[in-house]
Amino acid sequence: MDRQLKSPLSEKDVMDLRAGDYVYITGIIYTARDAAHKRMFEALENGEELPFDVKNNIIYYMGPSPEREGKVIGSAGPTTSSRMDKYTPSLLDLGLKGMIGKGKRNDSVKDAVVRNGAVYFAAVGGAGALLSKKIIKSTVIAYDDLGTEAIRELEVKEFPVIVVMDSLGNNLYENVVG
Amino acid sequence: MIREINVNEVTECIKEMCIEANHFLSNDMDLKMREAVKEEESIVGKQILNQLQDNLKIAGEEMIPICQDTGMAVIFMEIGQNVHFIEGDLNEAINEGVRLGYQQGYLRKSVVKDPIERENTKDNTPAIIHYEIVSGDKVKITVEPKGFGSENMSRIFMLKPSDGIEGVKAAVITAVKDAGPNACPPMVIGVGIGGTFEKCALLAKKALVKDITKHSDIAYVKQLEIDLLREINQLGIGPGGLGGKMTALAVNVETYPTHIAGLPVAVNICCHVNRHIVKHI
Repeated sequence: MDRQLKSPLSEKDVMDLRAGDYVYITGIIYTARDAAHKRMFEALENGEELPFDVKNNIIYYMGPSPEREGKVIGSAGPTTSSRMDKYTPSLLDLGLKGMIGKGKRNDSVKDAVVRNGAVYFAAVGGAGALLSKKIIKSTVIAYDDLGTEAIRELEVKEFPVIVVMDSLGNNLYENVVG
Repeated sequence: MIREINVNEVTECIKEMCIEANHFLSNDMDLKMREAVKEEESIVGKQILNQLQDNLKIAGEEMIPICQDTGMAVIFMEIGQNVHFIEGDLNEAINEGVRLGYQQGYLRKSVVKDPIERENTKDNTPAIIHYEIVSGDKVKITVEPKGFGSENMSRIFMLKPSDGIEGVKAAVITAVKDAGPNACPPMVIGVGIGGTFEKCALLAKKALVKDITKHSDIAYVKQLEIDLLREINQLGIGPGGLGGKMTALAVNVETYPTHIAGLPVAVNICCHVNRHIVKHI
């Protein structure tokens, strides 16, 4: 079914989502991909603060192309999520509620999603121009030196995603190809 | 007769080609993507393919790259042996073309200087350059900005001669199944068969930049391309990996002589953007 969702997420909203639901997200989300995850993970290991509070928030696995003058952001589609699997359970245990990416996740991510009542969404891979139109504000908030891999705070309006893994552990991809 | 070509001409060409390939599909890809919308049977699949059509329209009209992963620039240079490049270093001229294209075209800089230390070079260089010397006095340049969501799902299999064509088919199907939603289906599959370990991988890469509306001239290879596409499109992975018929748009196969003891098979997977562009100087 089609659902509108506000971000940051509420516990109840996440519990209601089911694999296969079409969801339109409005609110604040944060970008982080490979290099930013590595740095956040190292920060946690060293007992340092993360650059933003992950609690109830959504991380979008995305590194945009540069924006042209007058544009909010460049092309902005999802990257493959599984490269973040190594770092994801720790973030979920700290209260991260949602992730947007594309592709499969491993069992430790699935366990952490269920354990923490979280959700994993997919956006359409390779639709970066279309998805950029749903981003109304973009600000680099950390790791500026990483270029496209910096952490950005995005304000999104009706950003279209599909629930792949819900808080009960249902997995849309598994239903598809077994 | 020796023909002189100024390397600045190469730079200019490559700059333009990087920008064009990242905003506009080649004619063969455009055709297959349109056909895919009609051929897809699942509702979700059709919906995704229609979104991808909208995405292509926005990309071209507003000059926003089709995908944010604007790739590592793979460049094939087929150089006629009567060509003499003047006014500079050819490698540097090619990389300068990539540098300028990625800066002026607002393309993402996705290359790191060292695979372990991983510091971004911030200009998307170096390119991956493949040179081939051919007869004549022309230069054929092919630019393929290759995204890594699909590159990461590519595979090489060192099969035994006794595995035969059935072994080749099984290897390709395995690679496509494993790629699933990660490689942004509908995919294009480049297959190399024969040669040595590295030659086979290069054949697979070359297969991706061929016109995807055409088949091989070799009868059994053509049949293999047709059979593989049919089998892949029965896997049910579908657009975005969310179920449907259109898991792949095309399978292109390239072959080469090999050793009596071997049957190398490389599967280079590309997403539905499969950027490739050719120019002649």
